[in-house]
Amino acid sequence: MKKYIVLGLLAVLGYYLMNVFLLIDFGMPHFAQGVKDVYLSSSENVLQVSNVVTAIVVNFRGFDTLGEVTVLFLSATAMSGILYKKRHDIGDRSILFPASSIIRAGSKMLFPTITLLGVYVFVHGHLSPGGGFQGGTIIATGFLLMLLTYQNYSVSHNRLVWVESIAGILFVVIGLAGYFMKGSFLENVLPVGQLNDLFSGGVIGIIYVLVGFKVAAELIGIIYTMLHEKG
Amino acid sequence: MIFLISVITIALLMVGAAIYAIWQKDLLFAVIASGVISLILSILFLILQAPDVALTEAAIGVALTTIIFIITIRNTVRYEDEHDKKAKKKKVKNISK
Repeated sequence: MKKYIVLGLLAVLGYYLMNVFLLIDFGMPHFAQGVKDVYLSSSENVLQVSNVVTAIVVNFRGFDTLGEVTVLFLSATAMSGILYKKRHDIGDRSILFPASSIIRAGSKMLFPTITLLGVYVFVHGHLSPGGGFQGGTIIATGFLLMLLTYQNYSVSHNRLVWVESIAGILFVVIGLAGYFMKGSFLENVLPVGQLNDLFSGGVIGIIYVLVGFKVAAELIGIIYTMLHEKG
Repeated sequence: MIFLISVITIALLMVGAAIYAIWQKDLLFAVIASGVISLILSILFLILQAPDVALTEAAIGVALTTIIFIITIRNTVRYEDEHDKKAKKKKVKNISK
């Protein structure tokens, strides 16, 4: 009996979901005339940003990005809450093998390069593909390499928390500055500059740098707590 | 035409890796196969001209998720065991005898 009720509910849900998706006619020619042209033209002419994806993600849909960062922050916090142990409990790492000397030397050389690539990706987020999330993840990958190679490589948890909180607060402060000066949250308040310059796009570059720091700190925190968790 | 053929080939490779990841009993190989899925998916995103998403997929899907799963496997068990279940059943039988 329960099974049939569940099946019936699923059928009703599926029917309405199908109706919704049939209402939106994806791929039809008139679908292209909506908000897309505004985005494409205003990201080049008004905001002077050459990467349209970044303009949409950070400026036109900036509030969604704030939500995404918050979701990542919440998941990192929950993970630390479940896995984190007190400082004196996490002395030696039990789940790792000692790395060979080739890997030690190689990762020492690779780590600055990876970090530099990550910084490049999030600083140039409004000029080339990439941005805060990608750059932060690349930096976290570099730290992961060091944590896996050197058994007593440690990251200061306090410093991570500080970086993350300051970046998050500055993001909201920039958004509120737009609200008080221009009238809507995350509105551009800085001069936009020239297309294809590093200092173009107003607040977009700054926000992506902050997002990069925040994502990197959160992901390093996740990896660190996972590596120090003894099964 | 060449574009279509290459996209379909890549998609088929991805489906193959996914099926391998499901059927493999050794969880380490399954995790690496799922990393291969992410790698191929990021190449597919690059071909379909979405380099932003391709970067994200390459960084998160290939590196971070795979490593986190591998750490989890290190902490738990490696094999999705069938003989383990049989051993448990045998133990239960022995106890009931």
